[in-house]
Amino acid sequence: MPVLWLFLVVLALTGSGFFIGRQRALASAKGDSRNLHSRLPYYGTHAAISVIVPSLLVMAIWLFVQPLVVSSAAEAVLPQALLTADASAGLLMAEVHRVGAELVDQGVTGPLAALVPAGTTAELIPAIELYVANTHTGHLWMSIAVILVALVMGGLALRPINAEFRARNTVERTIMALLIAAASLAILTTVGIVLSMLFETINFFGLHSWTDFFFGTTWAPNFRGDSDLSILPLLWGTLYISLIALIVAVPTGLFAAVYLSEYAGPKTRAFAKPLLEILAGIPTIVYGLFALLTVGPMLTTLFSAGGLLGVDWMKGATSVLTAGVVMGIMLIPFVSSLSDDIINAVPQSMRDGSLGLGATHSETIRQVVIPAALPGIVGAILLAASRAIGETMIVVMGAGALAKFSLNPLESMTTITTRIVSQLTGDGDFSSPETLVAFALGLSLFVLTLGLNVLALFIVRKYREQYE
Amino acid sequence: MTDATTSLLTQDARTKKRNAAEARFKLYGIAAIGIGVAMLILLLVTILGNGVGAFQQTFVTLHVELQEKKLDKKGNRDPEDLKKVTTFGYDPLMKAAFDKAVKEANVETKLKPKDQAALLSKSAAADLRNYVLANPEHIGKTIEFTFLANSRVDGYLKGRVTRESIANDKNINAAQLDLVDQLVKAGVIEKRFNPAFILGADASDQRPEAAGIGVSMAGSFFMMLVVLVLALPIGVAASIYLEEFAPKNWITDIIEVNISNLAAVPSIVFGILGLAVFINTMHLPQSAPLVGGLVLTLMTLPTIIISTRAALKSVPPSIRDAALGLGASRMQAVFHHVLPLAAPGILTGTIIGLAQALGETAPLLLIGMIGFIASNAPGGVAEGLLSPNSAMPAQIYEWAKRADPAFYERAWGGIIILLVFLVTMNTIAVILRRRFERRW
Repeated sequence: MPVLWLFLVVLALTGSGFFIGRQRALASAKGDSRNLHSRLPYYGTHAAISVIVPSLLVMAIWLFVQPLVVSSAAEAVLPQALLTADASAGLLMAEVHRVGAELVDQGVTGPLAALVPAGTTAELIPAIELYVANTHTGHLWMSIAVILVALVMGGLALRPINAEFRARNTVERTIMALLIAAASLAILTTVGIVLSMLFETINFFGLHSWTDFFFGTTWAPNFRGDSDLSILPLLWGTLYISLIALIVAVPTGLFAAVYLSEYAGPKTRAFAKPLLEILAGIPTIVYGLFALLTVGPMLTTLFSAGGLLGVDWMKGATSVLTAGVVMGIMLIPFVSSLSDDIINAVPQSMRDGSLGLGATHSETIRQVVIPAALPGIVGAILLAASRAIGETMIVVMGAGALAKFSLNPLESMTTITTRIVSQLTGDGDFSSPETLVAFALGLSLFVLTLGLNVLALFIVRKYREQYE
Repeated sequence: MTDATTSLLTQDARTKKRNAAEARFKLYGIAAIGIGVAMLILLLVTILGNGVGAFQQTFVTLHVELQEKKLDKKGNRDPEDLKKVTTFGYDPLMKAAFDKAVKEANVETKLKPKDQAALLSKSAAADLRNYVLANPEHIGKTIEFTFLANSRVDGYLKGRVTRESIANDKNINAAQLDLVDQLVKAGVIEKRFNPAFILGADASDQRPEAAGIGVSMAGSFFMMLVVLVLALPIGVAASIYLEEFAPKNWITDIIEVNISNLAAVPSIVFGILGLAVFINTMHLPQSAPLVGGLVLTLMTLPTIIISTRAALKSVPPSIRDAALGLGASRMQAVFHHVLPLAAPGILTGTIIGLAQALGETAPLLLIGMIGFIASNAPGGVAEGLLSPNSAMPAQIYEWAKRADPAFYERAWGGIIILLVFLVTMNTIAVILRRRFERRW
């Protein structure tokens, strides 16, 4: 584990940098810290930061880049004879990685034909050898580079340290840079999300026609190739399930919010609001299991052949209704707490005015409070819709796997998120359109939910009544 | 004043209608809350009703004679020689022991010894073998050993398997259930608390009775460790910058919009990011808690940033002004005064963020934390972070997918454990808030 050791060495250098910096400052101030420009610890911290930040940065970049370089070198020596249709470069490289990483972990060097575990393709051994050798060389050079950077930067930081040195200002500048870097990580994450999906999506559209993806009507992945991969049936399933979820969640959540904010006394409120919010804190896997093992079978006993209602409408436990109802339950607290906040923001004077003119309480709510809060409520509903569209576990477990256009809520249908999971957790090759389609689906999902969120924010900002 | 006879004391038709509408409206509200609370109760009752059984397991206590001539022919107790005896070598010992127990209990049965021993778990021989390998000194003696019973037997005692439901079941028949009934009376078979469910490892499809959630709990623990170590400092640093130092310009605007949007991105998208960046590009090991932790860190960051900013905002400006007035730099004012005062709020937000991350499943599916058997408990921190493992919610999903209904009970039981963790974390957060929250 060279990385761990290197990290410890860097830590040790950092510690010694701290003490040397401190000592230098104290020596130059003739042992009296009152002669220093900054308080004593700042001098040590200055040296320590100069050691640890650049060296860890070098280490992180190296660890990120090295696998890319090593893989491309190993990929270049892949035997051309093996590169057939059913064993693409990606699949072969996966084996090289797997075996190579294992050998690197064991610390093997030199020729390793004898050490390669049984079952490895013999033709791949040169590539694996190159992979292992390059990885070892890379680690060696990384250690040298990191320690060198640590020593040089530490030396550079220690040189100017004397009583006049403005250590605090320097340290604060560095800390500020770190704070900015942390804040930018959010942007980096978004960029990472978009880029990681965009590249694979472009690859996908290189292999599969985009007209079929966006406008085709069948979803029939076939791991031997020649699949119909169209988003429309999945989108239909997604929207249908979300619609049912909203039909359950919006009236319930809205009435609950109205009651809690307009009618309930402080005691009822203190009791009922946290109870509802527990529903929001329950992990989605629990709802998924609830859909799969409780609600699904319950609906089956009602609607399937030989069921209580004597109708034959339902074939299996997974259905749009199963997933939709359970998702609706999950969204009740989401809608109610958002609407609650918005209703509470409507000024009391408006209610007083309406009540003073003789309206009943419910008339006031329906004709004054709700219209005033409407933009916010619409925003809340859109946010809930975006949650429903992006929800994964409930639909994976409760909705089924059949992609089709149907209006029957008791049939099993599939959604975008379900298909992402199943395409990426299969054994498929990472360069086949059947796997890559997941990235295109993911990007569509991202754009869809982002669009809903932005629309929700826009509606709230644009149509919000400005009171006071 | 159309009708002079109207009195305020008697309701006319229109007032009656309006009052009825008022009552109805109020009733809708109560009904809505009722539905919410009823669903919560239904959910909890379902979880408890289905899951409590997982904490109990049926055991068969037998007196096994560890015959030396079968287990250690050379008689030298050499561990290498002992290991050569496979689980098949232990089968006859168990059959003999079972037969003896049946005879001692004076039970009449026509079942062959093979069918009797089928009541034991498929892992019984392996358990016995492991015990003997660990305690070679017991060879040649008769020991009392507690075996797991087969999941069908377990299900029969718990009411999941009935005589009607086994009609098409090849694994068990009515005669075997008769034997079970009599052995329960004789005290050979009994149902009791099973710590192995909480602490043990997952088991293969064939042995639901041996599956436990302990190893995936360790996986979850290491993921939470990564999230805590990364998300807390990064989140706090980002919030300090945005709240205390950031100038108001378009760049900080973009960052802020970005953070609120990230909080609403579906969790599965973070899974795709993790798969593409951490596994396909950086070649970090698949299924490793390190990767899971990194993905959950990115997912939790917005939550932590939002709550930390709220906590920083609640510290009154007078504190900053006083520090600045005494000659502190802005950085010193923030780090020496504002941050300690905001710490309880930050901690509360962090715990809530961690609780969210602990229950998250979808991104873990994509980075490969399902589909294998989490059988080895990690030995140390490095192994815990890098070797393949599962996580609690992923393990629950894995169990729910398996064909044998005996796993469903374990999935519900796993949910009870997961919820216990979540409730504990949220309670700590609430207590922290109550105890340390300051109103300025």
